Amino acid sequence: MAVRVCLGFLILLLHSNFSTALYEDQVGLADWHQKYIGKVKQAVFPTQRTGKKRVVVSTEENVIASLDLRTGDIFWRHVLGKDDHVDQIDIALGKYFITLSSEGSILRAWNLPDGQMMWESALYGSTPSKSLLFVPANTNLGKENRILVFSGGWLHAVSSIDGEIIWKKEFAIDRLEIKQVFQPLESDIIYAVGFVGSSQFSVYQLSSKSGEVLKHNTASFPSGFCGEVSLVSSDMLVALDATRSALISISFQSGIINFHQTYISDLLQDFSGMAALLPVKFTGMFAVKTVSGICLVRVKGVSELEVIEKFNHPASVSDVLTISGEQQAFAIVQHAETKIDFKVKLDKDLRNDVLKETVEMDPQRGHVQKVFINNYIRTDKSHGFRALIVMEDHSLLLVQQGEIVWSREDGLASIIDSTTSELPVEKEGVSVAKVEHNLFEWLKGHVLKLKGTLMLASPDEIAAIQAMRLKSSERNKMTRDHNGFRKLIIVLTRAGKLLALHTGDGRVIWSLLLPSLHRSEACGHPSALNIYQWQVPHHHAMHENPSVLVVGRCGPSHDALGVFSVVDSYTGKERNSLKLAHSIIQVIPLPLTDSTEKRLHLIIDANLQAHLYPRTRDSVNIFLHEMSNIYWHSINVGKGVIRGYSLRSGCNLDVVDEYCFNTKELWRIVFPSESEKIATTATRKMNEVVHTQAKVLADQDVMYKYISRNILFVATVAPKAAGEIGSVTPEEAWLVAYLIDTVTGRILHRVTHQGAQGPIRAVVSENWVVYHYFNLRAHRYEMSVIEIYDQSRADNKDVRKLVLGKHNLTSPVSSYSRPEVMVKSQSYFFTHSVKAMAVTATAKGITSLQLLIGTIGDQVLALDKRFLDPRRTATPTQAEKEEGIIPLTDSLPIIPQAYVTHALQVEGLRGIITIPAKLESTTLVFSYGVDIFFTRIAPSRTYDSLTEDFSYALLLITIVALVAAIFVTWILSEKKELREKWR
Amino acid sequence: MRRSAEAIASLLLLLLSCHLPSVLAGAASLGDGYTIAGRVKLEGSGKTTIGFVPPMKNSNAKVILNGGQRVTFLREDGYFSFHNVPAGTHLIEISAMGYFFSPVRIDISARNPGKIQAALTENRRVLQELVLEPLREEQYYEMREPFSLMSLLKSPMGLMVGFMVIVVFLMPKLMENMDPEEIRRAQEEMGAQGVPSLSSLLPGRSN
Repeated sequence: MAVRVCLGFLILLLHSNFSTALYEDQVGLADWHQKYIGKVKQAVFPTQRTGKKRVVVSTEENVIASLDLRTGDIFWRHVLGKDDHVDQIDIALGKYFITLSSEGSILRAWNLPDGQMMWESALYGSTPSKSLLFVPANTNLGKENRILVFSGGWLHAVSSIDGEIIWKKEFAIDRLEIKQVFQPLESDIIYAVGFVGSSQFSVYQLSSKSGEVLKHNTASFPSGFCGEVSLVSSDMLVALDATRSALISISFQSGIINFHQTYISDLLQDFSGMAALLPVKFTGMFAVKTVSGICLVRVKGVSELEVIEKFNHPASVSDVLTISGEQQAFAIVQHAETKIDFKVKLDKDLRNDVLKETVEMDPQRGHVQKVFINNYIRTDKSHGFRALIVMEDHSLLLVQQGEIVWSREDGLASIIDSTTSELPVEKEGVSVAKVEHNLFEWLKGHVLKLKGTLMLASPDEIAAIQAMRLKSSERNKMTRDHNGFRKLIIVLTRAGKLLALHTGDGRVIWSLLLPSLHRSEACGHPSALNIYQWQVPHHHAMHENPSVLVVGRCGPSHDALGVFSVVDSYTGKERNSLKLAHSIIQVIPLPLTDSTEKRLHLIIDANLQAHLYPRTRDSVNIFLHEMSNIYWHSINVGKGVIRGYSLRSGCNLDVVDEYCFNTKELWRIVFPSESEKIATTATRKMNEVVHTQAKVLADQDVMYKYISRNILFVATVAPKAAGEIGSVTPEEAWLVAYLIDTVTGRILHRVTHQGAQGPIRAVVSENWVVYHYFNLRAHRYEMSVIEIYDQSRADNKDVRKLVLGKHNLTSPVSSYSRPEVMVKSQSYFFTHSVKAMAVTATAKGITSLQLLIGTIGDQVLALDKRFLDPRRTATPTQAEKEEGIIPLTDSLPIIPQAYVTHALQVEGLRGIITIPAKLESTTLVFSYGVDIFFTRIAPSRTYDSLTEDFSYALLLITIVALVAAIFVTWILSEKKELREKWR
Repeated sequence: MRRSAEAIASLLLLLLSCHLPSVLAGAASLGDGYTIAGRVKLEGSGKTTIGFVPPMKNSNAKVILNGGQRVTFLREDGYFSFHNVPAGTHLIEISAMGYFFSPVRIDISARNPGKIQAALTENRRVLQELVLEPLREEQYYEMREPFSLMSLLKSPMGLMVGFMVIVVFLMPKLMENMDPEEIRRAQEEMGAQGVPSLSSLLPGRSN
């Protein structure tokens, strides 16, 4: 009896704490977080004493950040809205970082030391135009500083202290395009220069006090301009003519406009094709980019142009940097094989280099794309230079004194797809970890841990425990582990780079800038699309390394030719690459592998023909055998059509190609375009495992799940309500959710939500769909769940029938059998907007599921699927409670401890990926956006293994205490017995 | 739900009829939109956090309009504004680590230019002014309970030890108080059941 009570207690204790929350000292044990900023577009170096060691940047991911020049760490960072692209940046008053964003309509000032927004101004424009920002140099501190912004056809003068608009002036002339706005030093006149149409040049002189137009001159140039200009001095600029083959120097001194045309071929003998002016700011010179390289040209007078130097591609030129008074410097970076040459020149002495350094460069970083230069005073009072270099793979490097001081792998801010790979199996006799240290050390460690759990440890000891845990070499080994926690996450970035990250600590194991996605003559604008598992050896071909397939396309349009690349997952070397002779519309990984365990892939091209890969005899034989069972579907969002296809052999190509197959349309669903527009589609994950086919209810009843791989969830919205929230009234909006069988095109279920609109996020798993949308009536977000059950198998409950074999359980589940389905659904309110949604995945599918919801605050919330159970009622019966049904509430709970990202944010969250570990209870979660975050979670706690916190010391102490107690009682009883005998 | 909706409607009517000075917004000068301006109060929200999440600074909070359509940041004094917002019903969300904010429903009336109504969507509270305070603070970590003898005893191993102590020291006491006849009978019964009892095991060891 007592044993039972004790056991009961134990069970109670184990179950008392159901949440999977973390203690603060467990942070970093199973998770890691990396902060990125994306590809740097612009950078400025603060010159004020306090900000000398920093650089502020804006990036293509709409991030603005302040970085430490010594380490590359982020001081502060802000991720702007998704449409809030930063156009221009500068520094005003020496303490404010000014950004002009959203096509020049928002001007913000940020405090340089801490990134606090100081002011924000909205600038209204009437016509869309290029936006320009000019911050006059801070020569006179007493004078009020004004920022000049040209955007939307208006010129604004904005106070840099509080962002107030002092005056504004509209340039309402038809077809006028202002190209440059500037104010010469110590001058009260603002110049605005631009073109009217393609052949007229216009100069405005405005008063900086009031914005009045003081002078306006125009002159026309018959052969026209292409629109590119480069300002050379305060009264001269250089433009390109309409054919891009001649340079026109324009001087506009005191209102007189002079043109002088110089053919580029006169300057450069080998010039051919088209030229472009580089948007770098020089005084007295400009840079021309031609097919063969970059050319620096000095302007001596209107008619005198002189080529200073020519650099062959790939090269990059920095902006000019003013150092000590009149002197100006600029940098040139040139690529040579695996090295880069970094040169700095002074404008006084253009022939010679002040500094010339050669830096060894990782070839996987590609070419130099941008360079920003900064100077510092050396100990001997001379000027030293450092350069911030942006590479082709979006990484950011700081070069100083001939070496790379730090580098940031910022390509990871733009992950487009990812997959995982197992690590190699540990070989006999080869152990990476060093031999277990002696028993005393081990015990000491555990005693420390015990102290930690009992809250007895001093801060020093806590730090020691933390260090010990983080150091544990176990999790960073390069071999497969028993629990399947150690894997490689292979990610594909927008720059066309593959990186393998170790799940233990997130370090980059290898990286590869895909050579097949490199720009070449055959492939103009290559872009990476997706990454797939190509070969996962486990039974056969064990000696081979696994590999992944990267699919890309040679241009922005859908009918551009495809590119294939197979990369070894262990070494990061490209095994082979292929230029396809057809386009890629869709890639279908088939659940079939050939004899070397290469997965079969079908590529659908723009002509709806299917191509089989790998192109071997073996794979064709396997494929032909299964071809009658292969169906696929296409979704045309624009036209609102979903079509289902089957495959037939033979292709209408000129050449006989046995790997090419024809497709035949089987069914189509056309949504009425006037009332429905496809908003979202979702399918089940291909590798999902379902453990139980049935659900046993509390009243001993059984419900059979309708589990089909071919379920497609489609959500359509009213075309009027396809936009953002706030654009429609509830009466005009509706959302229709469909569940479609993709083999037969049968609509299994259809439900309409009146007054609902997108954005819709949906996730399909097992026999259910969960989707998130906006309810306009309640003006809150809502989440709905639909569960489908198979009615045709519902009468398989009689045990006698089962025993006698009179059941249909063994009959194959087929889409063609048209089973009766039963659908249950329910809706709940959810507080936040959702950016991404995923569901946990475990090895065998036994563990209960959790939804992972990426909220608007860039956090990932784990929500038990039990909260989204259509069988929830407001007052569950006793039996239902025992079954684990939670009483119905109108909104889903948000428990702060259930955020898997705990106190971290995955800024700019875009995707969540779940990977099953080998340990059934555990799921690995990888979420990415601008930041990347990895953790492992156990939706029903780690019931199949001891936690890392498990205190072995406490166990040992207990055992020792018990043994001691046994001895003591034994001695006592001996004595007692002796006494009894003497009595 | 319906009743509360009615209540809100009547409140709105009340607000309209009272002609309260609307500090929420002013009509925009240019363009056809309006300006939503408000304030987020983080510091004055009551108790300070208990050190786990560092006290939030305004610089890390974001204000999000219509689920990400536009994002803005707080100024030093907690003020924020969205410019050029068209008339209609909008949603504002605030993301600040360590705090839970209710989304806010903003109605910009097209008929009554510049008139803006705001209400929290979580508890349907109508806001007179667009001053947003967190509904609650969020604690992302589980708190470690301070060391106590009880927690040690309550742990499975503590229970084991405790149980053993009880068996070792209390059982013999109980036995002593028992009638020897009864003990014998009980032992016989147990022997008949074939289940070795703990009391018979212990002296058995000492033999």
